[in-house]
Amino acid sequence: MLELREVHTGYGRSTVVHGASLTVPEDGIVVLMGHNGAGKTTLLRAVMGLLRITAGAITFDGQDISALRPHARVARGLAYVPQGQHSFGQLTTMENLQVVADGRSNGRRLVEEALERFPALLEVLDRRAGLLSGGQRQQLAIARALITEPRMLILDEPTEGIQPSVVAEIERTILDLTRRGDLGVLLVEQHIGFALRAADTYYVLESGRISSSGSAGSGAEADVLAAMAI
Amino acid sequence: MDVVVSQIFTGLSTGSIMLLAATGLVLTFGQMGVINMAHGEFIMAGSYTAYVVQQATASAGASLLISLVLGFLVGGAMGVIIEITLLRHLYHRPLDTLLVTFGVGLVLQQVARDVFGAPAVNVRTPSWLSGSVEVLGAVVPRTRLFILVLALVCLAALAAALQYTALGRRTRAVMQSRDLAESSGISSRRVDLTTFFIGSGLAGVAGVALTLIGSTSSTVGQSYLINAFLVVVAGGLGQLRGALIAAFVLGLLQSFLEYSTTASVAQVLVFVVIVVFLQFRPQGLFSLKTRSLV
Repeated sequence: MLELREVHTGYGRSTVVHGASLTVPEDGIVVLMGHNGAGKTTLLRAVMGLLRITAGAITFDGQDISALRPHARVARGLAYVPQGQHSFGQLTTMENLQVVADGRSNGRRLVEEALERFPALLEVLDRRAGLLSGGQRQQLAIARALITEPRMLILDEPTEGIQPSVVAEIERTILDLTRRGDLGVLLVEQHIGFALRAADTYYVLESGRISSSGSAGSGAEADVLAAMAI
Repeated sequence: MDVVVSQIFTGLSTGSIMLLAATGLVLTFGQMGVINMAHGEFIMAGSYTAYVVQQATASAGASLLISLVLGFLVGGAMGVIIEITLLRHLYHRPLDTLLVTFGVGLVLQQVARDVFGAPAVNVRTPSWLSGSVEVLGAVVPRTRLFILVLALVCLAALAAALQYTALGRRTRAVMQSRDLAESSGISSRRVDLTTFFIGSGLAGVAGVALTLIGSTSSTVGQSYLINAFLVVVAGGLGQLRGALIAAFVLGLLQSFLEYSTTASVAQVLVFVVIVVFLQFRPQGLFSLKTRSLV
């Protein structure tokens, strides 16, 4: 279980997130929503250790991971798919997968499984990731995250700027991954329909503070829209 | 005709020396972005390693081979120490890095003077590298041919390591995006350290090779440093094939300009050519093109 308690974080002296608390169970999908600039990406970067927290605590499976470097958090079971379909643009698709699999005893099998899940990548294995389409790069980013055998997957707007058919595939993948019950997902998503369809719980972040939260069941959409003042 | 062939070989030889001095910099400066002004002193450390090994070894040939390995390790170890104690805390602060490494270079030069004395020392050339061979009518010293081959071997080995090994993939990943690499489970600190070890080690190898064509003093590395940086910049940051072409083009340019002018004028003209070239192509000979930001 991933737990954020009163987390404050930001860039330099500028605090962007002011005491956010949320919990992601080990087998559920939690969606974090909010306007642009609300601090969603900042919070996710803090969870991964790419930004320092200035107050509060981040625990994973009951252990404080606030002081760990990002790669050590990955070793604990966190995986991160950043916003913007980022990949190692100068490495080929295959190298993007291999570089994560290197050093893992079952690395080869993990790469094969990732490619089975995203067969579209098979056609572009030798192409530099920087030359892939946005949809291919997003699938590659998720595939790379899955190779780390995560227990908690953190996705930052995975459907942003992606064509609808790939969005549907990504949605299917996320739901399929959590079906086994051994993977928690923290999802930042702008598409409210997709977000509430996929998630069990929602949080709304406004100006760096959690302004609303609840079950993502029926009626949640109206609550979210009200919380976001749309 | 003989003059042209002779100048071509002189140019290739000069280019290979520049290339050897620059190969480590392609990693540490080109890929990691560290402006390491002490790189020349790693070269110097390699040269003095060759000198020390020869004092303890009867055979000049065996001494050279041992020195090449030890020079790599000594240069690499110095790089590791500086990376851990200084550079690690200065990433993203290029001006501070430049000043600190410049200071470290001066300290290392003084240490060398204190330990080995101010006068230059010489390393004996193995008998199998003495003399010359005739190539297309031009007389080429064997030592120069050896350095040419060594530079190409070092470059090819580095290229192969970067392209085909797990460490190479990790290095390229970290150099492209430190955050993405870290959040993919790659320890960027470990990669930085290893990369700096190899880059600095290659400077040590260059230092050993340079003892074959000149004497060794505390400033031996400094004299090659500017040309090495020029090769990396003109070739395109982090681009091994760019460094290869830039080194030989600059070497040939210098050789032919020297023939028709003087060494000093030739060096100035080479600088002018590079300044003009970078005005039109600031990214150097080669740069990577991608659709994405990363």
